[in-house]
Amino acid sequence: MARAAVKAKPSKSAKSKAAAKRTLHAVPRRADPFTLGGQQKVEVYTSMLRIRLLDERMMTLQRQGRIGFYGTCNGQEAATIASAYALRASDWIVPALREAGAMLMRGFPLVPYLAQVFGNSGDITKGRQMPSHPAGRAVNQVSWGSCIGSQLPHAMGAAWAAKLQGHDTVVIGYLGDGATSSNDFHVAMNFAAVFQAPVVFVCQNNHWSISIPTHKQTASESIAIKAKAYGMPGVKVDGNDADAVYAAVAEAVARARSGGGPTLVECETYRMGAHSSSDDPTRYRDQAEVDAWKKRDPIEGYRARLIAEGHWSAKKDEALRAELLEQINAAIKTAEALPPPDHDTLFEDVYFDLPWHLQEQRAQFKAALQRAGGSLAGALPGSAH
Amino acid sequence: MATLNLLQAVNDALRVEMRRDNRVVVLGEDVGKFGGVFRATAGLYEEFGPQRVIDTPLAEGGIIGAAIGMALYGMKPVPEIQFSDFIYPGFDQIVSELSKMRFRSGGQYACPVVVRTPFGGGIKGGHYHSQSPEALFIHQAGLKVVAPSNPYDAKGLLLSALRQPDPIIFFEPKRVYRASKGDVPEGDYEVPLGKAQVLRAGEDVTVITYGAMVHEAIDAIAKAEAQGIDCELIDLRTLWPLDIDCLVESAQKTGRVVVVHEAPRTCGLGGEISALLQERCFTHLEAPILRVTGWDTPFPYTLENEYLPLAPRILQGIEDSAAYIA
Ligand SMILES: Cc1ncc(C[n+]2csc(CCOP(=O)(O)OP(=O)(O)O)c2C)c(N)n1
Ligand SMILES: [Mg+2]
Repeated sequence: MARAAVKAKPSKSAKSKAAAKRTLHAVPRRADPFTLGGQQKVEVYTSMLRIRLLDERMMTLQRQGRIGFYGTCNGQEAATIASAYALRASDWIVPALREAGAMLMRGFPLVPYLAQVFGNSGDITKGRQMPSHPAGRAVNQVSWGSCIGSQLPHAMGAAWAAKLQGHDTVVIGYLGDGATSSNDFHVAMNFAAVFQAPVVFVCQNNHWSISIPTHKQTASESIAIKAKAYGMPGVKVDGNDADAVYAAVAEAVARARSGGGPTLVECETYRMGAHSSSDDPTRYRDQAEVDAWKKRDPIEGYRARLIAEGHWSAKKDEALRAELLEQINAAIKTAEALPPPDHDTLFEDVYFDLPWHLQEQRAQFKAALQRAGGSLAGALPGSAH
Repeated sequence: MATLNLLQAVNDALRVEMRRDNRVVVLGEDVGKFGGVFRATAGLYEEFGPQRVIDTPLAEGGIIGAAIGMALYGMKPVPEIQFSDFIYPGFDQIVSELSKMRFRSGGQYACPVVVRTPFGGGIKGGHYHSQSPEALFIHQAGLKVVAPSNPYDAKGLLLSALRQPDPIIFFEPKRVYRASKGDVPEGDYEVPLGKAQVLRAGEDVTVITYGAMVHEAIDAIAKAEAQGIDCELIDLRTLWPLDIDCLVESAQKTGRVVVVHEAPRTCGLGGEISALLQERCFTHLEAPILRVTGWDTPFPYTLENEYLPLAPRILQGIEDSAAYIA
């Protein structure tokens, strides 16, 4: 029995390895690996539109009080989606706040994604994190805390581990412009270059860190230029141009995969919306700036290009929109109806097993809940936001 | 007198002191033109300008470390850490540097830095916007730790904090930033550090707490009163060095003590208070000192009412303490 189990293991891992090697995309890549074909562009566009429509619905739900918080990708869809599109399914994403849409593109289902936003029992992370903080091992998207920059050494370390074990996995570590000021940005950039880790840092320079404009965040002439001092290539691209983002990231990913080490890609984009549902940007930024960027909307621009190139049409667009919205609304309906996480989940996963003190506290909790008649809610009013 | 909420009281204290002492500067993320994500520094940028109300890059280690340097050079920096959950990138600067400067320089250098930071849960913020890390700082030799529960104390304690010579971590209960309102004198006054306040005198059970949980305790105590249990409520206000005389006097009177805090139970302030009191008034105690606290888990998102030691659990603690027969 034991031997059979041992024998079964390698075949299983060989199978998953083969699956991992399969490219994520249905359409084979063209000869020029850094240029998307028409069908690929449509895939990218579809994922960009999906997250745009989803974000819009989520902000409505937030205003209706149906979800507690939300951070959108609004205006940054090209930077998020086209960069992640440059990865294989076996590659890893170590995200920050605005890359949840990449999970959906890489096959994470909508209902558990939305259940995370509702924080209920359909959430595979058990309602433990704020909305916009999902994670999915099945699509190799790691859990992000909230601590800005903290994920970057993890991206470097995972990539380093892949290299040390002879895997050809590449890791993208995402960050905002604000994160470039963090201690961990320096650490990650330095380690990545010193150890030539197969990691690509994709910085979404959306011009703002809550109320702080990027020029108050750094005195460098760009974010990309910082790479030079660490000893790695730095590239700055128009982050609202999906093709340009893809080309730059795909090249960096190919370099990383072939042993050429890390790259920092700066996608210059713009946070069209508020920082999050808790924010009011009218207090600190000029509407004229927002309006100017509206003209460079990544989705509008890409749609026009796809139509001009003959890959797309207004009619197809209308149909896609309707289809995506229908999927989203159906998934919201399903996800919202799910009950809250089981109370026991409060004490699970702190450790692999449940030590005595948590067993004791869980028992105390259950007794308190019962004694209080089923609710431990207090006297204070709700959210301070 | 004006009726202010806790946030406005903090804002008022900063304004009073910045007018009085031009060495006082505020620095942190979004504190300038935006006035802070909670609006604690609203209007200060307009009055005192960008040299004294400083938006920094996103780096807590930089904010605290720079504040240390400023203080060494004779200024009075007041860093804001946007959420106390994000204080950890600056933790090394606080633990190894800020709190040790006086001692390691033989008293030549000091760092009178007041680090303001919102703490506590109940705002649907999940683990990274809800923690109560005060015990980590109490554990560091060289730091004072303060946590007001209401607007009057917030202003008076902050003014006192800004005028004394040691580093202070000033925790503001964000759950009641707006919910807690009260009369606050205009202009200058101080609430002394190191002094707790007996908010309600009682004979049967002493309830010791601070921050937002004071408000939950008030509710629980009213319900206990309906059952004939007469509680004494102590708001610590200064968490360290705490007002040991006040606690001992109350514990000797009632013989029954319940300590309440949001922070996890293990190695929390409740454990220290329990030890201090049993060392000093063992023979007066009529029941074990109980801790009603957050659980030893990370702070959850959805199940926060289940995590927090809110009024129902405080009431149960009071009932258990009162019912205990040795
Ligand atoms: C260490 C840390 N400090 C402060 C915060 C509060 N905070 C959340 S998002 C944010 C700005 C982040 O800006 P950026 O990195 O540019 O990302 P963006 O939100 O623009 O995508 C801040 C200050 C945090 N989450 N973590
Ligand atoms: Mg940004």
